[in-house]
This record gives sequence, C-alpha cells and structure tokens, in this order.
Amino acid sequence: MFEVFVFATLNGLVTGLLLFMLASGLTLIFSMMGVLNFAHASFYMLGAYFAYTLSAYLGFWGGLLFAPLIVGCIGAAVERYGLRRVHQSGHVAELVFTFGLAFLIEEAVQFFWGRDTKNYQSPELFDFALFTLFGQEFSAYRGFMIAIACLIFGALYFVLTRSRVGIIIQASISHPQTVANLGHNVPLIFMCVFGVGTALAGVAGVIAGPVLTTFPGMAAVLGSIVFVVVVIGGLGSLPGALIASLLVGLLQSYAIAADVGMPELLHLLGLSFDSSHPLNDLWTLNLPQIAPVLPYLLLVLVLIFKPTGLMGNREQ
Amino acid sequence: MKKQLPVWLGFALALVFLPSIFDSVLGISILNQMTIWIIFALSYNMLLGQGGMLSFGHAVYFGLGGFMSVHALNLIADEVLVFSITLIPLVGGAVGLVAAIFIGSFSTRKSGTVFAMISLGIGELIVASSLIFADFFGGEAGVTGDRTYGPPFFGIEFLQDAEVYYLGAFWLFIATLFMYLFTQTPAGRMANAVRDNPERAEFIGYSTRRVRFISFCAAGLFAGIAGGLFAINYEFITEENLNALTSGRVLLMAYIGGLGFFIGPIVGAVILTLMNSLLSNYSEMWMLYLGIMFLLTVIFLPRGFAGFIMMHQIPWQNRRLGTLILPYSVTTVPALVFLAAFVGLVELSHKGDDILPFFGLSLGAESMLSWGILLALAGIGALGVKLSRPRLAAAWAFANTPTADDRGDVR
Amino acid sequence: MTLILGLRRPQSKHHQSKHHQSKHHQSKQHLNIAQAAAGQSLTRRASLSIGALVCAFSFSAATAQEPVRLGFMDPLSGTFASVGTSGLNVLEFAADYFYNSKGGILGGRMIEIVPLDNKQSPTETQLQFRRAVSEELRIIFQGNSSAVANTLNQTISKHNRRNAGQEVLQINYAAVDPILTNEECSFWHFRFDAHAVMKLDVLTDFIAMNDELSSIYIIGQDYSFGQVVADNTIRLLGEKRPDIEIVGTEFHPIGQVKDFTPYVTKIASSGADAVVTGNFGADMVSLARSIIDSGLDVPIYTFYAAYDGITATLGADGKDRIRLIHTDRANPLASDERRDFYRAFKAKHPNSDITQSRLANALMMVVQAMEQSQSTDPYDIAVQLEDMRFTSIAGDELWMRGEDHQLFQPLYISKQTDEGIEFDADNSGFGLLTEYEVGTSETITEHSCRMRRPRR
Repeated sequence: MFEVFVFATLNGLVTGLLLFMLASGLTLIFSMMGVLNFAHASFYMLGAYFAYTLSAYLGFWGGLLFAPLIVGCIGAAVERYGLRRVHQSGHVAELVFTFGLAFLIEEAVQFFWGRDTKNYQSPELFDFALFTLFGQEFSAYRGFMIAIACLIFGALYFVLTRSRVGIIIQASISHPQTVANLGHNVPLIFMCVFGVGTALAGVAGVIAGPVLTTFPGMAAVLGSIVFVVVVIGGLGSLPGALIASLLVGLLQSYAIAADVGMPELLHLLGLSFDSSHPLNDLWTLNLPQIAPVLPYLLLVLVLIFKPTGLMGNREQ
Repeated sequence: MKKQLPVWLGFALALVFLPSIFDSVLGISILNQMTIWIIFALSYNMLLGQGGMLSFGHAVYFGLGGFMSVHALNLIADEVLVFSITLIPLVGGAVGLVAAIFIGSFSTRKSGTVFAMISLGIGELIVASSLIFADFFGGEAGVTGDRTYGPPFFGIEFLQDAEVYYLGAFWLFIATLFMYLFTQTPAGRMANAVRDNPERAEFIGYSTRRVRFISFCAAGLFAGIAGGLFAINYEFITEENLNALTSGRVLLMAYIGGLGFFIGPIVGAVILTLMNSLLSNYSEMWMLYLGIMFLLTVIFLPRGFAGFIMMHQIPWQNRRLGTLILPYSVTTVPALVFLAAFVGLVELSHKGDDILPFFGLSLGAESMLSWGILLALAGIGALGVKLSRPRLAAAWAFANTPTADDRGDVR
Repeated sequence: MTLILGLRRPQSKHHQSKHHQSKHHQSKQHLNIAQAAAGQSLTRRASLSIGALVCAFSFSAATAQEPVRLGFMDPLSGTFASVGTSGLNVLEFAADYFYNSKGGILGGRMIEIVPLDNKQSPTETQLQFRRAVSEELRIIFQGNSSAVANTLNQTISKHNRRNAGQEVLQINYAAVDPILTNEECSFWHFRFDAHAVMKLDVLTDFIAMNDELSSIYIIGQDYSFGQVVADNTIRLLGEKRPDIEIVGTEFHPIGQVKDFTPYVTKIASSGADAVVTGNFGADMVSLARSIIDSGLDVPIYTFYAAYDGITATLGADGKDRIRLIHTDRANPLASDERRDFYRAFKAKHPNSDITQSRLANALMMVVQAMEQSQSTDPYDIAVQLEDMRFTSIAGDELWMRGEDHQLFQPLYISKQTDEGIEFDADNSGFGLLTEYEVGTSETITEHSCRMRRPRR
C-alpha cells in the first residue's frame, strides 16, 4: 500500500511537471497576451519532431539546444506575419487562426515526416535507474525531466518578476500604450513573448517526445488539457500554472492507483444493485476508469466557485 | 418583415427545387448534410454572433438531442410509442432545451473566457460519460435505429434519402424562420445589447445573466432539432457527435460564414459541408487546404464570406457595383492561376511515382520540367495579383464614394 | 483532327453575314477545307477509314476493358492514416501483382481500387458509403475499427433491404468484434480475419502451455474490444489453467492516456508474470514503452504491437518480450511465392511493410468468386464465397464458413526479435519470429448467427 502511494506520488509529480513545461509557454501567451492559442500543442509536436531529426545528426543534446530555437523562430514568425494582423479582429478571429494553424502544422508534420510513429529515444546517458523502490525502477530520465521543469519554472519566475525585461513585459500587457509612450517597442515585445512561449512548448516536446511517443496525434492528445491547466491555475499567474499542473498530475495518478469506486461507496452506504439495473454502468464505475477526465471536472468546479482560477488575479 | 417576404419565398423555392438540380445520390446526401449543419450553425450563432458567448461545447446539445431521437426511433419501431417520425426533431429539440436549462443554470453566470472554458469542461465530461454509460450511449459503436418502421406520413415511409431531404428542408425552413424571429424579439435584441455592453444593459434594468440564459436555452433547443434531423438521416449516432471536434466544426462554420450576419452561418455551413464532403475525395491533403483556407479567411475576410458579400452593399447603393467587375476579374484570374499552381505543387510532392493530371498535362515528380511549369505558373499568378492590386484598391475607393443623385445632393 | 475538319460542313450564309469577323474567318476555313479536299482527297478518305476503325476498336475495347472497381474504406488521413494507407498499398499492389499485370480478370478487365477515406469516423463512413453508392461501387473492403465495421454493416443491411438489385457487399478484413459474425451477422458481410475470441482461444492455449506463468495482468482500452479481450481471457484461462491467477483487470479510455506509468505501477505491485492487452496504435506503444522503461521484465501478449513504427520504437527493448497473435505466418515465411510477393512489394514501397496480407487473401478469394460465377454482382459473389475453400500463396488452408461468413485460417504467435529475421519491420532490423502455430481446423469455434438470406 505504501509503495503504491509513493510511486503514485512520483508518477503524479512527473506527469504534473511535464504538463507544466507545456503549460508554461501557454501561460505566457494566453494569460498575458490573451491569445487563445489552440496551436500550442502543435508547437510541442514540432519540437519533438525537430528534435527527432536533429538528434540523428547532433545527438539528443543537439536536439535539445536547437529544436526549441527553431520552434521559437517559427512561433515568432507566426506572430509577426499572421497573428498581429488578426489581433484587431478579436478573440474569435485569433482562435480560428490558431485552429487553422494547428491543422496546417499537423498536416505539414505528416507530409514531411510521414504518418507512422517515430523512434525518438531518450539519451543513453540516462538509461539507468535512478533508484529502485519496491521492485520498480525510476528511470534517471524522469529525474532529468523533473530537473528541467523546475529549472524552467525558476528561470521564468525570476525573469518575469525580478528582471527589467520581465517588468516591461508585464507592463506592456496591461498598459501597452503607456509602455509604448515610454519608448519601448511593444510589438517587438509581443513577438518575443510569443516566440519564447512557443519555444517553451518546443522544449516540452523535446523532453517529452521519448516518453509520450512521437506520432502525428501527439498534439491532439494534449491539446485541451493544457488549456484546462492554465485556466485552473488562474490567468496571469505562473505559480498558479505550476500548482494546477501538479494538482492535475497528482489527481490523475492517485485516481489510477486507487482501486476504489462506486462499488466501495455503495458498500459503505449499505446499498447494492443488481447488474441488470439501468444505471449499472454508474454503480460499477471505478476511479481509474474516469481518471483522465478528472481534470475537466476540476475545471468546471473551479470555474463555478472561483472564476478567476486558483491563483488568478485577473479576469478576461 | 414584409420587405423580406420575397427573400423567404425565394428560400423556400430554392429548398424545393435544389434536389432536382443535384439529383445524384451524392448530391442528395450533401444537401441533407447541409440541412442539418445549417440549423446547427444558426443555433450556434445565437450564442456567439448574437449573444457574444463563445462556446466550445455546443455539440453536446446536438448530440444529446440526437441520442434521444435515435432511442425514440427505436421505441417507435418497437411500437412502444406511436407517432410519425416527422416529429422526431421535436424530441431532439426538447432534449436539447432540457440539457441547456440544466447546464445553463450554472454556466451562464459569466461570459467571456470563463464561459468558454466551462463549456469545454462540460463537453469533455459528457463525452467521457458517453463512453462510460454504454447502456444509453451505446459505447463507441453508438446507437442505431431504423426510420422506416414508424407510421407512414401520407404514405411515405422514408425509405429513400430523397424523401428525407424534403422533411429536412421543411424543418430547416421552420427552424430558420423561428431563429430569425427570435432575433426580432426583445430577448434577441437584448442578447445583442448584452453582447456589446453588458454594463449598460444592467443599468437599464436587464439581468445580463437572465438574457444569456434565455439565449443559451434557445440555442440548445435548435441544436437539439438539428440532432434529431441527424438521427433521421443517418439512423445512428455516436459519441463522436458530442465531442469537441464537432463543436469546433460548427464554430468554424459560423465564423467562416460571418458572425455578424444572420445568413453568415448558412453560408459557412454550405461552404464547409461542400469542402468536407468533396475535398477529401480528391486529395489526401485536404486538411492542409482547409487549414490554409481558415488562415486566409481570418486574415483577409475577418467578417466572413457573408461579410464579404455585405461589404458590397455601399457600392450597390451607389450603383457602382458594375465598375468592380473588371478589376475583380483582373485580380481573380492570376489568383486562381496561383492557387492551381500551389495545389499542383503540394499534390506533386505527395505523389511519389504516380502521375499528376494537371489541366490536360501529365506531371511527374521526377521531371524538372513539371516543377518548372508549376513554379512558373505560381510566380506569374503571384505577380499578376501584386500588379493588379493598386487598380483594385482604386476601383474599390471609387465604388465607395457617394454619388450625387438627380437633385444634385450627395447621398 | 483531320477527321473533324474533313467532316465539317461550311457555315450557313445566315451565320456568315452576322459578324464581319466571322465572315472573314469562315472564308479562311473554306479555303482550308478546299485545300484539304482538293489536294488531299486520298488522305482524307484514308484518314476517314482509319478514324472509323479507331472508333470501332476503342468502342469494343471500352466495353471489354471496363475496370472492375472495388472500394477500399479506411482512414487515409488524420491520426489513424498510417494503418489505412498501408492497407491501401497492399490491396493495390496485390491487384496489380496478381491480376492486372497478368492481363486482368474476367476476360481482360483490370481491377481498380477506389479509396474511400472515412477518417476512422462512423459518421464519415456513412457519407463515404453514400458516395460509393453514387459511384456504383458494389464491393467495399473495410477493416479498421470495429465501430466503423458495425456502422457499415448496419448501413449496408438497411440499404440492401431498401434497394433490391443494388446491393453492396462488405469485405471485412480486420474488424475483429465477434458480434459481426454472431448476433449481427449478415448475408452481405464476410469477415476475413479471425475474430477476437478465436484469437484469444489460441493465445490462452499458448499461455497455458507455459508452466512458468502463474499470474496474469489484463489491461485494455475501455470499449467493446477491450472488454471482449478481458472477459474471454479470464474465461478461457479459467478453463485451461485454473491455477493461473488474474491479478488485475484494468480499463482505460481510448487515446486519452498520455502516460502509462501509473498503470505500470499497479502492474508491478501486483506481481504479475505477464501482461495481456488488446491495445492498438499509440496506446499500445505507450503502454509497452512504459512497461519496458520501468524495468518490468515480463512478456507482453498483444494483438497489434508491430509495424507502423511500433517495432522500430520498441526496438531492442522489446526483444523477446513483445508477443503477437496474428494471421499469416511471419519469419520464416511459409513459401517462396510469399517471399517473392514480399520482395516485390518492398521494391515498390521501400518504407512500408505488408502488415495485412489478409487483404491479398480476401482479394484473391473475391476474384475467384467472380471468375467462378462470371459475374461482378454481389449476390453471385456472396453465393460463391460461402463455404469456399482456398489455398493462399503461403500455403495456408482457408475456409469461409457459409453459416456465419467467418473465415478460418491458421493462427500464429510470434515474438519480436532480431535473430532469424529475413523480413524485418519498419526497416529496423527487428521483426516477428513465429514460435507457435495452429492449423485451420483447430481454430474453428461455434457461432450464434441466425442469418436471414435474401430471396432470389
């Protein structure tokens, strides 16, 4: 029992931090620019695919260095030549634009790399078990993932709250005119923020690709959960995004590990139903079955009771 | 309303006579699809275009209406219920309404991003439960029914898709009429007001929440009707028809058509249905073309296709619409050439060893000549568009300048 | 061109006087015709007769060479496209290799495969079906997704009932939900793959033979196929080796699980000796990856854990661990004809594999039915297919049972390895080595089909 709990916590931590890596970029873009970027997971996919190709020539580390740069440049270009023109048409226009972009990227990936699953492996450096607990190994690569995610959080938090650049960024989101009047190039700031956001998604792709499988559907699998995490955490809050990611990761992990469900609850209440009962599907429901949808339940509950999100300070 | 009588008459006539023009099995199938999606898209526009509420989970009402309708079909076939299947869309509508009342009670408190995210969450929850509650939702294979076992409607048993078309067209007309009338009611007008300036609406005494709730329920009702029509047409429904992808589709239809106009979603539904049905038959890269179309529409036609048509209202009033024909043609021809060349390039790079038939030429991926021809055409097209743009801009400005009427006054 | 000019009559005077330009043009044409007539009357007559001959020849050739069109409905775009596209490649190649390159069938008719992209969506399947009917395709091959196969089966049944004389035949090459040849069996549906219970019967025999296994963990996608796998594994193992303990039965939503590690934690803590799963696609790869990454050294018994990049991704980590139950023997291939077929396919599609040679078997049996009945009408083909016995190019004995339209064929269990592999998967050096096989007659199971036959 204890071992299950320990591993569930570890797994939840890894999943949560992985989600955070992806959500960190979206926090920047969504929370700060207000852009509903449905193509965010597509940039994640691009990061994984570029890293897959680059790692064949430059090794995993080369992929880790250059793939996010390429993705970031693509993101900046998208902002400069596409999103900027669409921005004035409103949120729905931006949404449709990013929809179209997501389609485009998915097709382009299949066009250039093919439709099958790609053999993108983690580096051999981490091919050992960091520790073995109760007969199950915890691979060093996952430890590496945790480290990188913490690093990203630390760096982003520092830049945004302590550095001059960060203050300017935060100011230009809420008061772009004033900041422009002070002489800063606001469009350039937005372009860089978008570029950095997508580069972060790319980093998530490079790191998660070997673990979560690199295939053309990888964006679709993570697409909506990233939004869920950012909204639960609260718009405009980076710590909120981290907490929300961890919460979602741990929630799912514990739900899968816990072999409880309706039968146990009914037993507790002293009820039991025949298998021919019309609501039998409900009475035989157990937590692992619904684990992947718990984040959405959490989202709805949070939005009903605290619409600004867990740590949010602004409403859109 | 009187001024618009000819428009409604024309609409009804078009509905009656379209199947005579497109009478192949495929044509009727596409027309049937359109009847369903037009109602669905119009209902979505009640939320987004008129109410300003962006929803990512509108397919829930469509799907729930559809599921109940298929169950109703089965109950009719088992003779537990006896009524004509022509009334099935009402069953769908009722279910859509009930679901909207329930979900709207807590989700319409806020608008904007919060509303959008709640709708996303609800949508995903319902999709997930549809896979869990296999008794009602039939699991991943869905529920099937048969529409031919009900009491015949004046002798028609709806064996053929063409017969179902007229039923669909009838419901389309009714639904469109009622949705249009809704926009003329105080509730509809207030929905516009709440969309534009919620604070002000509150100042004059209207509860923004109430107004949104009414719009939400009405939208759910009509989405359910569309679901019922779907059930009759295809005699089955699956969780796919509840999911975020379907919600996304209807959002795109409404947007591409034009959110700010009543006919916008109609135009959008027609265009996207055609593209979805026909494009994938001719090319495997249809998703690419669709994505590019969205991007271009958003950048160049932010008010949608209906918006583009309506943009010509002023030239029409100035009676200078005719002056635009020549500049449009001069720009459109090279644009089409560029488009054809671009499509050719994409398809050619995908072909492998096969031959690509291109307007009478047979192009092969191996030959440099083929690539050269396509690139040259693309270049010519792009150049043509670029050179003709100033003239088009000038013509547009001219067409939009007010003319003096007979009395010498400027209109 | 000469033919047309030769036959054109001079325009009437009325037409000539209308436009100044055309009059000028007409007189010019007159001149040309006159020239042709005057100077080349011999050539004109010759060209006329040659033209007539060409017309006559092409007319008769057209009726004889009208292709036999077969529809292939599977996802050809979107997330599941790789499976559908590889199936299409195999079918098209088989049609060319066996028939079109050798003069066609039914007296010189070529086989034409018409792709119908259903994007793995039941709704889209209905639309593509209407398109097929519109284009008069009477035979449709389909395989991926039992949900789609079910939808198609019911749509076809309704269509055939309501449109006598325009029936459509469904050739199911991969959808393994048992109900398609039991409760939902139809005269117009033929299944060319062993269904889930048949495969599980053989798989559980294989597991039962292994004395080292004492506990099994079942994990699968939470839908009908996953549940069929779980229920029948429990039942069959309970009959054959009651001592084997089922230490866990887990269902997860399809395509929603990003990371399988939490599930693997449960498998590890249960102490299972082996894992059984019916997962396919990304779910299969992720699950296998997670199991291997956690250091769990247990064999994984699967239905679909090979090809389409999966073998390459699992690679050395999957060696001797991944096992599959499937039709059509893997390495070593059963016959030289099979080897030649594979080599020829690889020459044309170097980056693909023949993942479903059942398609070739199905095609060949359908063609034989056509040849035997000298007809392409679905009813005639169906009648011939019932109880047909056929020997595949691999030497497998195939029998299509007429009572439920289920094909019986030998079944094989193979493991992933790089030793003794002549034909690898995904060009990775790793492939499937067949360890265990079961003959056709031993795979025969009972059915509960009560088929309604059309009256003709």
